[in-house]
Amino acid sequence: MSIDDMTVRHIARLARIQVDDVAVSALAHDMSRILDFIAELNALDTRDVLPMTGAIDIELAMREDVVTDGGYPDVILGNAPMRLPSRDDDYFAVPKVIE
Amino acid sequence: MLTSLTIAEARDGLISKQFSAGELTAACLAEIEAASALNAFIVTTADTARAAAVSSDERRGRDAGAAAARALEGIPLGVKDLFCTKGVSSTACSHILDGFVPDYESHVTERLWANGAIMLGKLNMDEFAMGSSNETSYHGVVRNPWRGADGVDLVPGGSSGGSAAAVAGGLVLAATASDTGGSIRQPASFTGTVGLKPTYGRCSRWGMIAFASSLDQAGVITRDVRDAAIMLGVIAGHDPRDSTSTTHAVPDYEAAIDDFAGSLKGIRIGIPREYRVDNMPTDLEALWEQGAVWLRAAGAEIVDISLPHTRYALPTYYIIAPAEASSNLARYDGVRYGLRASGGDLIDAYERTRSEGFGDEVHRRVMIGTYVLSAGYYDAYYLKALKVRRLIAQDFEDAYQRCDFILTPTTPSAAFPLGAQGDDPIAMYLNDIFTVPVNLAGLPAISVPTGYDHNGLPLALQLIGTAFDEARLLGVAQILEIAAGVCARPTPWWKN
Repeated sequence: MSIDDMTVRHIARLARIQVDDVAVSALAHDMSRILDFIAELNALDTRDVLPMTGAIDIELAMREDVVTDGGYPDVILGNAPMRLPSRDDDYFAVPKVIE
Repeated sequence: MLTSLTIAEARDGLISKQFSAGELTAACLAEIEAASALNAFIVTTADTARAAAVSSDERRGRDAGAAAARALEGIPLGVKDLFCTKGVSSTACSHILDGFVPDYESHVTERLWANGAIMLGKLNMDEFAMGSSNETSYHGVVRNPWRGADGVDLVPGGSSGGSAAAVAGGLVLAATASDTGGSIRQPASFTGTVGLKPTYGRCSRWGMIAFASSLDQAGVITRDVRDAAIMLGVIAGHDPRDSTSTTHAVPDYEAAIDDFAGSLKGIRIGIPREYRVDNMPTDLEALWEQGAVWLRAAGAEIVDISLPHTRYALPTYYIIAPAEASSNLARYDGVRYGLRASGGDLIDAYERTRSEGFGDEVHRRVMIGTYVLSAGYYDAYYLKALKVRRLIAQDFEDAYQRCDFILTPTTPSAAFPLGAQGDDPIAMYLNDIFTVPVNLAGLPAISVPTGYDHNGLPLALQLIGTAFDEARLLGVAQILEIAAGVCARPTPWWKN
């Protein structure tokens, strides 16, 4: 199966990856190769097969719905590439989204 | 040399005071310093390692009995950069996690330090564990301590290439690793080391940087099978912070490996006919047959089995793993940690950050994952793959009606030269043809070095067990290891 440049640009937008023209054509080529490779599954009849969603049979663990962690904004913000200039504000900073 | 000891040998030497943890750690740090050409370490924590070794020696001085009871007291180890380590850079060798220093410790490494082990530093790997040659790392390729006949540089395998090279090259006694489609077993095979991938759920994934969460499993690369048993005994066990980590009891794996006492009477070993792939090197084919002969000589019965959906395992994996990866890697947005590229608006900042921060292979997999999960394609690709995954797991269940363990080669070839498979992603994916089915089925498996090819490069066989039967798996693996008697070491060319 061959993927065209427009599809690559659409998927790149969904994946939030910026792509230039060179990247688009390289990705179109590689993704087409990979989709050809995985198309082999079409040969199998799986109508009556239940999807397998986990590697082992395990019941989902339950716990009390209580706060078990938190209360250290400085640690959380310690790795942030950008913070608000005021030291009193425990916020991540992002580019302006409202004009 | 202290640095070529196994964990068990070092443990005995520390207990009998032949050397101290300080001497052992200093010896490892010297080897690491002399091995920059291998590029196995991306961070060396020399000062904290020396301090930890002093503490270990003091603890032993105060209470030798308590120290001897801790499985890894005074043992220096390397940690794959996939594991978060408190106060030490943890990036999964991705540019996008530049500068990320976690304030918490992964469950697996927490268990190591609680049992007395000493961290030497963080080990190189393929970016986000996506690769089979360690060539996708942001920190550059790792060189295999083993070289080709003509002195050509070889890949160490991947994604745990730094872990495998560090153990094979005598820089560390053992290392942590992780395995999503073969990332422990394939590099172990390429470097003549032992690689153990436990059952899915055996070790907590808390603090491991996620790739494909339904496949990722922590494990170890060691010098021998006994060391793998010692390490597994420490890192296995329930952790409430990972809802898929199970409450199965953790047996004494080291004691269990001696239970067979050299005899495999009553044990049936399955040989899957679908693993006889075209173009298998004759050295490898002969070694596989020899492996069956060794196990038969130990009393096992060899039976032919069929895993009919084997050919669909790689295509299934290359839908499920990228799908999960595209979801897991959505968290890297440049806002909360790691790299941030400056952009116009918020969306632009996200897109530039993820374009600059991820390498080519990660881009490919995130794109494929996004594609197979996108509207209109979900059923045709992702849902289909989940169904085929069940057929593959069912193959193993059926096979285990007729046998107790399965014997296969670990990889379709010995280690290949740097750059040899660079241009074609599919050719690289084929490296994991024998390892990927095991991850899809969630089973435990171990790669045991059992021979050499015509160029003197390590070859290995893989033993696959049933879920949570690592104790017996390790026992059979040790019998195979002893029968093979592989003991050659690479020439330390990197010290020149």
